[in-house]
Amino acid sequence: MSGPRRAARREQGTRPAFRGGLRLRLVAGFGLVAVVSALSTGVLTFREARTGVLQQSQDAVVKQFRDSVDARAPGIPDAPDQADLNHLVADLAWANRSQRWRYLATYGALRAAYGPQDAFDALTPELLRSVRTRSAAVFQRVRRDGRAYLVVGLPVTYAAPAGMAPTPSGLVLYLVAPQESEQVYVTALVTAIERATVPALGLAVVLALLVARGVLRPVRALGRATRRMAAGRLDTRLTVHGSDELADLSRTFNDTAAALERSVAELRRMEAQARRFAADVSHELRTPLAAMTAVTEVLDERAARLDETTGEAVRLVSEETARLARLVEDLMEISRFDAGAAELALDDIDLAESIRHTLAARGWLHRVTADLPAAGAVRARVDPRRLDVVVANLVGNALRHGAPPVTLRLTTARGERGRDGRPDEDLIVITVADRGPGIPHAALPHLFERFYKASAARTRSESSGLGLAITAENVRLHGGHVRADNRPGGGAVFTVELPLRDKTVPGSDTKSATMPRNTDGATDANGGQETAGTIDGGGRKGVPGMKHVQGTKGVHGRKHGHGTKGVHGMEDVRGTQGVRGTEDTDDAKERGDGR
Amino acid sequence: MPRILLIEDDAAVRRGVQLALRHQGHDVRAAVCGEEGLEQVRSFRPDVVVLDLMLPGLSGLDVCRRIREREQVGIVMMTAKGDSIDVIVGLEAGADDYVVKPVQARGLDARIRAVLRRLDAPGPGTVRPRVETHGELEIDRAGLLVRRQGQPVHLAPSELRLLLALSACPGQVLSRQQLLETVWEHSYHGDIRLVDACVKRLRGKLGELGGAPRYIHTVRGFGYCFRSS
Repeated sequence: MSGPRRAARREQGTRPAFRGGLRLRLVAGFGLVAVVSALSTGVLTFREARTGVLQQSQDAVVKQFRDSVDARAPGIPDAPDQADLNHLVADLAWANRSQRWRYLATYGALRAAYGPQDAFDALTPELLRSVRTRSAAVFQRVRRDGRAYLVVGLPVTYAAPAGMAPTPSGLVLYLVAPQESEQVYVTALVTAIERATVPALGLAVVLALLVARGVLRPVRALGRATRRMAAGRLDTRLTVHGSDELADLSRTFNDTAAALERSVAELRRMEAQARRFAADVSHELRTPLAAMTAVTEVLDERAARLDETTGEAVRLVSEETARLARLVEDLMEISRFDAGAAELALDDIDLAESIRHTLAARGWLHRVTADLPAAGAVRARVDPRRLDVVVANLVGNALRHGAPPVTLRLTTARGERGRDGRPDEDLIVITVADRGPGIPHAALPHLFERFYKASAARTRSESSGLGLAITAENVRLHGGHVRADNRPGGGAVFTVELPLRDKTVPGSDTKSATMPRNTDGATDANGGQETAGTIDGGGRKGVPGMKHVQGTKGVHGRKHGHGTKGVHGMEDVRGTQGVRGTEDTDDAKERGDGR
Repeated sequence: MPRILLIEDDAAVRRGVQLALRHQGHDVRAAVCGEEGLEQVRSFRPDVVVLDLMLPGLSGLDVCRRIREREQVGIVMMTAKGDSIDVIVGLEAGADDYVVKPVQARGLDARIRAVLRRLDAPGPGTVRPRVETHGELEIDRAGLLVRRQGQPVHLAPSELRLLLALSACPGQVLSRQQLLETVWEHSYHGDIRLVDACVKRLRGKLGELGGAPRYIHTVRGFGYCFRSS
């Protein structure tokens, strides 16, 4: 199983370009097996067959030669002369004229040959010696000049009684027979093996492709499913066919996916619960705080006329009420971001003018060196109020924790943010720098976390501890990002980059705003989109679980049991349907009244 | 002394806001629910209604619409921060302005006084002829009356003020921010949705919804422009 599994991993990691990997290996494997088995069978067969063929042809040659000699031996004188020998070889050649055999007869120093002399160079010394010492026929296979010859030495003996060694007559006959038919036979065998191997190889490839298809289909399905899972579709499941190892793997995949989906759902549920709790707590604090906030100015004005202790107490209550109210509002704002309910109300504005207003409204114009482009030079599509919050938070932060001079600079830059796959777009870059002590290195990564205090001495300050977190969320909502650094010469610098949206995109009103992240688990792909920008009620459904806040609202007693009451729970909770419905009927009525 | 009617169901908030507004020198009456509020609008004849949008029984939105059916009284609604649906729906229902809870006495007072000025301001065009005619529209700047095809059009204070501001300089484009500052006396970073919602209401009352606008034209990316066409 390791093959398909490895292939599956590869499929997941690399993209379909490498999909042929397993198939290729299967084809190569099958092909190799086919070739090896065909060749080894062929070689073994060839060896056996060749031995048999040779044996037979040798035996036949030796036998024919011996018979020819036997037939002529009685007619040879005991001491033959040169003429006898010549006659003998010619006679032998005539008798076996169909063969291209060469004959040599020796008697003592006399030699008579039939055929070219050099043919007898094939006679090796071993053969000559063997013929002399033994009185039986001797043969040897010899290769010369790439051709095979069978050389036979046959000493002519006198017949002897049984059990007695025959007496050599001194006459020895030699035969050199070319073994061409053997060569032909071997060539035929090789051709046959070749012819058998090619179809076997083809068959193997076809088989391999078939097997690969069968194995690859589930493997590919597994790869696709894995990619879908990686893309966040945790409900992905495979259809299981059969009961082989791949089916088993698919089943295991399904079980794992189901377990993963359950865990993630549970985690998201718990996360949503925790967030809802924070939102609920903030909300419950809000109403009493609203009553208290309404009267703090009355307290402030009267405090001067009270005795010192009472006046001090009244001022403390007033100040801390304001602080608490700010904290609760900041918490509510963070909850909205967490619930994905934060919206962009985009408008085309002159950024320099907007930033100047932000500084002026807070009396910071003389405390901040603003390096802004000319009026009208940089227009962008942003949410003016959120931009105001971003700039005010960063400048306020620099004024509180840094040291003068605080400088604010607005520029535009060509974006290089290819990370989210978007094409380069122009960016608005806002930097806020100060000449204070800077930010401790260890604090830099945490600066935008909620309630993070860069130094322990800052446990109590005007800010809620959520300012930079809200800043970061607002920037992210715009599709930009914010970072903090220390300047080389000392002091901190905060840099905000926002996309300079195309001002002329039609219909790119609030609805076009996309949430950069989808915080609520159960909102699906389009839920995130919906909760982001729509101002009609539709998006509300994208924030599940919030409905139960209505139930919580029951605690409120008087507010309980009314259609629009959900409104009180959280901004997401409202019985939108009810509100819309009423609105519609009223409209109808108005029209009916014939305005 | 301006008469203010506060419609708020939460006892503590009601007491607090009432106290704060009295402290600012208003004649304040309070109602705990929408029905009582509508009753008080008739009997008390307030100049401005401060309306909590989240009321038990008759909802704040319904109260807002019912007041608008008959009265040209100023309406300032109170809404939870970030509850943008409330803001939009409330503005479309006819509120002139809104404040975000928790309400601070001075902020609420500023909004109330801005609405009051809308009710009695002579408008920027006192040297102009008393009645201007733009197509079928007659605008009486001194008498603060608008007629369309001879019939009076009942406009809420902010609608009237918006129309006066736009028609004061026909053909000139005014940005949302400019309108926010002149009509609503909001700071620069006020809520531009006020402008959009009010323009929508005004168009409805001038009978140009559902077709090409005849008086108030949207200049995409910049703002609005008054032109009689």
